Amino acid sequence: MSDPTDMMIADAGIDEGIKKLTPERIEQTIRHVLDNESAARMKVYLETCVHCGLCAEACHTYNSRDRDPDYAPVAKVKNTLWEMVKRKGKVDGPFLKNAARIAFTECGACRRCSMYCPFGIDIAYQIMTVRRICSLLGLVPQYLQDTTNSHAVTSNQMWVQPDDWIDTLMWQEEEAMSELSGARIPLDKEGADVFYSVIAPEPKILAQLIGNMAVIMKAANIDWTMPSADGWDNSNMAMYSGDFEVMGRVERAHWERAAQLRVKRIVMGECGHAYRGAVYDGPKWLAWKQPPIPMVHAVEFYYELIKSGKLVIKRKIEEPVTVQDPCNIVRGRGLHDKLRYVIKALCEDFRDMEPRHEHNYCCAAGGGVINCGPPWKLSRMKSIRCKADQLAATKASLIITPCHNCHSGIEDIIGHYKLGMHVKFINELLVKAIDLES
Amino acid sequence: MPNQATVDWTAGKKTVADLGEIRKEYSEVREFVASPDGERIAVVVRKDDDVVGVCVNGQVWEQDLEKAWHLAFGPDNRLTALVRVDDEWTVAVDGELWEERYEFVWNTKFSADGSRIAAQMKQDMRYGVSVNGQAWETLYASCRDYALSGDGESVAALVQVEDLPEADIFKFLEGTWSVAVNEQPWERKYLNVYAPCFDETGKRVAVEVRTDATQYTVAEDDEPWETKYTCVWEPSFRPGHRGIVVPVRVSGAWTLAEGGKPLWKNRFMQLWRQRFSPDGKRIAAVVAPSYGRWTIAVDDVAWDQTFGDMVLAPLFSPDGKHVAATVKQENRWGVAVDGRAWSETFDMVWEPVFSPEGDVVLAKVERDGRYRLVANDRLWKPTFELLWDPVVSPDGKHVLVRGVVDEKYFRQVVSLGEIMG
Repeated sequence: MSDPTDMMIADAGIDEGIKKLTPERIEQTIRHVLDNESAARMKVYLETCVHCGLCAEACHTYNSRDRDPDYAPVAKVKNTLWEMVKRKGKVDGPFLKNAARIAFTECGACRRCSMYCPFGIDIAYQIMTVRRICSLLGLVPQYLQDTTNSHAVTSNQMWVQPDDWIDTLMWQEEEAMSELSGARIPLDKEGADVFYSVIAPEPKILAQLIGNMAVIMKAANIDWTMPSADGWDNSNMAMYSGDFEVMGRVERAHWERAAQLRVKRIVMGECGHAYRGAVYDGPKWLAWKQPPIPMVHAVEFYYELIKSGKLVIKRKIEEPVTVQDPCNIVRGRGLHDKLRYVIKALCEDFRDMEPRHEHNYCCAAGGGVINCGPPWKLSRMKSIRCKADQLAATKASLIITPCHNCHSGIEDIIGHYKLGMHVKFINELLVKAIDLES
Repeated sequence: MPNQATVDWTAGKKTVADLGEIRKEYSEVREFVASPDGERIAVVVRKDDDVVGVCVNGQVWEQDLEKAWHLAFGPDNRLTALVRVDDEWTVAVDGELWEERYEFVWNTKFSADGSRIAAQMKQDMRYGVSVNGQAWETLYASCRDYALSGDGESVAALVQVEDLPEADIFKFLEGTWSVAVNEQPWERKYLNVYAPCFDETGKRVAVEVRTDATQYTVAEDDEPWETKYTCVWEPSFRPGHRGIVVPVRVSGAWTLAEGGKPLWKNRFMQLWRQRFSPDGKRIAAVVAPSYGRWTIAVDDVAWDQTFGDMVLAPLFSPDGKHVAATVKQENRWGVAVDGRAWSETFDMVWEPVFSPEGDVVLAKVERDGRYRLVANDRLWKPTFELLWDPVVSPDGKHVLVRGVVDEKYFRQVVSLGEIMG
């Protein structure tokens, strides 16, 4: 059975919400989502699953928690969505508390299990449907809901004020200029080739990543811009909290800002979930079949710059490195080869992970799990022991993480399991490695 | 839109500035901006390591500035810049700095005639709006955006009226946002407020509001509509009518509503950016009639031709008879007029403009790294290193071209016939 200590975790976002529910509202909401919001594939998935349990081996929580069957993906669906369907929405508060815990904290929607399902059932989609129900019922973990509220108010995920955003860009432009003469962060430049977008933790706590990109853009002679107004944040935790209306609003702001500036394409920073939101979930909700403006992830962009010779690597990183394949750009987009091309160009001693590529384990931070905040951190650490083992086996000292959630999640793993390793974005290595003189 | 009365419509070409000379003189030259009348071109330049200036037609403003950005000409051709001096920010207008200084200032907007200039400001960690250098006395915990009435006499801003402790999701649900009109907040508080707009008189304000976690509607002068929706987009006042028109999501599909009641019968996968004919009788909007296909609907009828990538906001001709829009298909940009896309496609298209008679549509376009003008699907031969949107004379006979060739910026008044070929 699930870890009793996890089941006892108090989270005001869930616990207080449950107090306000009535049986009628619960039933009505569940039936609304199942009847009106779920696509035909939900019915297919529900009717196709034969409960074989082959998905279990795929899941990092199952593998990390001594192969407890309650942590198998099929069990997570069984204990949430199947019951809601079976009982036609007539479930109670304690059931929903457990369902919210499972949906928000035991599944990161990483989709590894779908690859191991003989029928390819998108189990993460089913879990996301549970999250949608929880969101409509007001049962979202407090910190994840706060992030969603930030998106709703500011369009960015960390309550960044408009002036703080602009001021940070100006500050980072100065930093970049001191590194490389002529480096700039052109604001609102109409018709630029590249619109560069980031996620809010960059201006808030990792501003140097923006300055680094200004150096990289100058070194590669890229015609680029960043917007001074909302739409600059490509991240989207509302996608994971189940507030699809806010998700759509955030994505629309991002695309419309790019269109307003008449840019040729968007390059986004090193983030995985943001890629998913901007390229798949967001456009789909808004009725776009594909992104309206071409969009590439930073990994593809770096690959393009190095491969084309626009960036020349002068000094390689010597310490042993490994790399985390972020779920949303590798399993979701197949960027693993380009990622390795970049890493090998930058590093002398690359030690790959096992399993790797689309079979890599999630960091357990993605899918909004890390955004559930401090109450759930220990639970998250318990659910990712297999990643700690996987990292340690590489005997690398540096882990490259081209994703913000992976970066933060793996930092937590390193600390919790005392791995003695450290974490970097590619961007941080690239500015040290490229030739700035030619 | 420039005030066309201020434009010299005498036919001919006038070289205004040599951009090459400016580039030679300064170590750093930022993005050029041309005035609506074409008579001036401005750019931020670096005068010294820690000093920048604003260069207009090759002449730099007297002030040494620590920073300067967001150069913007108003409709009356006055140049504004957001500048920092002695570690404080303000707005510079044609080289004159507002007396008031702020911790930060941004998001300049102009009244229709350009006489009133507004900007968001921050002072002592509180936020508000300043108009012509006079900041609001009442400031707020935050201010995300604002609207300026056409005459510039009124400002409606989205303001945070309650402080919100960190991660307090319960207080958020009580409502911490409202609208301040000329710095006075509305009584009601909302979870979210978006997209304020004024009516033609500048007296009425409409805004998109979120009244609880799952309900959105429109509030007019702080009165929310009784009808609630799962999502709405930007409301707008219909010219010549009392109504407020807004895209609403009903049962998973989008349509237009007016005054809380359905306006259009058809339902779309998406609908936004509604625009009105000048008399307010006709409405056009961007719609997705089916998943992944985009077009324009006019008075509830979608064009037959659809586009896979994107369609931007429609534009009515001055007589209200024609509608044009920028469209994108397979990563090529184009223009569609009255339901038919032009045959020419481009790397980029800027917002089209109609001639006064409505019979000609012009746009600035980019192809192979050069800018050109296109009129009614015909490319004008000259190409430019830089080009600004064309301005058509009130009589429809001439076009003001503002462009750069061989690093020389010039304004040229050309007959529309010449551009049409």
